[in-house]
Amino acid sequence: MAILEVKGIEKSFEDTHVLKNINFSLEKGEVMAIIGSSGSGKTTLLRCLNFLERPDKGSIIVNNEVIFDATNPSTQKESELRKKRLHFGLVFQNFNLFPQYTVLKNVTLAAELLAKERPDYKQNKKAITEEIQERAKMLLAQVGLSDKLDFYPHMISGGQQQRVAIARALALEPDILCFDEPTSALDPELTGEVLKVIKNLAERDTTMIIVTHEMDFARDVADRVIFMDDGVIVEQGSPQEVFGNPKEERTKQFLARYNKT
Amino acid sequence: MNEISVIISRLSESFLLNCKLFALTLIFSLPLGLLIAFGSMSRFRPLRWLVRTFVWIIRGTPLMLQLIIMFFGPGLLGLSFSWPGGASGRFIAATVAFIINYACYFSEIYRGGIESIPKGQYEAGQVLGMTKPQIFFHVTLLQVIKRIIPPVGNEVMTLVKDTSLARIIANKEIIMMAGEYTNKGLIWPLFATGIYFLVFIGVLTILFNWLEKKLSYFRT
Ligand SMILES: Nc1ncnc2c1ncn2[C@@H]1O[C@H](COP(=O)(O)OP(=O)(O)O)[C@@H](O)[C@H]1O
Ligand SMILES: [Mg+2]
Repeated sequence: MAILEVKGIEKSFEDTHVLKNINFSLEKGEVMAIIGSSGSGKTTLLRCLNFLERPDKGSIIVNNEVIFDATNPSTQKESELRKKRLHFGLVFQNFNLFPQYTVLKNVTLAAELLAKERPDYKQNKKAITEEIQERAKMLLAQVGLSDKLDFYPHMISGGQQQRVAIARALALEPDILCFDEPTSALDPELTGEVLKVIKNLAERDTTMIIVTHEMDFARDVADRVIFMDDGVIVEQGSPQEVFGNPKEERTKQFLARYNKT
Repeated sequence: MNEISVIISRLSESFLLNCKLFALTLIFSLPLGLLIAFGSMSRFRPLRWLVRTFVWIIRGTPLMLQLIIMFFGPGLLGLSFSWPGGASGRFIAATVAFIINYACYFSEIYRGGIESIPKGQYEAGQVLGMTKPQIFFHVTLLQVIKRIIPPVGNEVMTLVKDTSLARIIANKEIIMMAGEYTNKGLIWPLFATGIYFLVFIGVLTILFNWLEKKLSYFRT
């Protein structure tokens, strides 16, 4: 059963048509890599899934529930979108950690705010807070940052910041975790530690969509690869198919450019 | 000797008016400025332009002129409203003019501070399921405060000195008091007023440096 189905997504900004009839689905535990040159609409697609942009057309279905349908305004109420976007997590290219909070607080903040909406929050405040703290510490251990809990973001490296951002996204237990070029803002010697964490998540069957320019990584970690160009999905298939035996001319050209550099 | 201490005590008394005006202006203009800042960033275009035009007029004309208009305007326009008579009326008119003037300056500082926060901060809050007020109070507010402390500090110090403009509508503040002695040929009280301002500004400088230091544990 598909955990995510994306049907006929279209998105335009003024007169630029950025996403054209995007269709794909994702199984639980699957890792999907999205590749494509800059400007092809990869970021916009992730932003649509996280409702940072509203698609003009199409629908998004998670666990068989239509969480967004462009033709049905009742699925687009701001208050509901806020809850629905929790099906997704998003790790940004430039981390976007909250600078005034410690590493630990960055991971717990959103969960603590959400907990306040629980009906049993008042009675169980202490237990709930403790649980959130424990879970955050567990996640930070998982990304190898147990010794940085009380550090502020500016005190740690970019690679460490991105790992905090990953733990922060995981803290809300999203069904699908999205990454937008998670290593593009990092110095080359720091990309490895972040990719290792993502690979580790893949091995634990985390459902993920990863936009990346790291072709070796995509080939290694992805179950499925989508190649986008100019707002359309040109080709999708297993890494073996897309990297080893691309069918479309545009895919071949794109990969040839990467293999040269 | 006796003469000197009398003059000093009268100067000090009149400086109380400067202090009162300063305090009242801050208490009301700091929050009012935030309201104006939200107005000037409103997505509702007519409101935004109305507020921005108002801010432009207030920032584009001398405070001294605004004081005169505030005090004499109602009478000249034949409005039924009028300020209470005597010193209290003049003081209230001055306070209102100061509050409006400074709220407009603060609003621009707030707006600059709010708009300087990277979009990624809001978006990070959004994808983590936070509401707009939660994002404002838990994510952006402290970052904004950190960024606006230096310009707000400047403005607050300017306010200290600006309070002496209230004399234009006959509020007996410290420079007006010293002027009475100057008219009698005694010049030193006027120079002495400078010390009052210097001490006040010195205290504020220490306070703002302390605040800045308090928030230096993170970087934006
Ligand atoms: N907010 C926006 N307003 C206008 N144009 C945009 C906006 N966001 C993206 N675009 C345009 O959409 C196209 C795709 O951008 P993007 O999704 O960022 O591509 P990618 O992530 O693949 O590099 C680009 O041409 C870009 O200029
Ligand atoms: Mg991009």
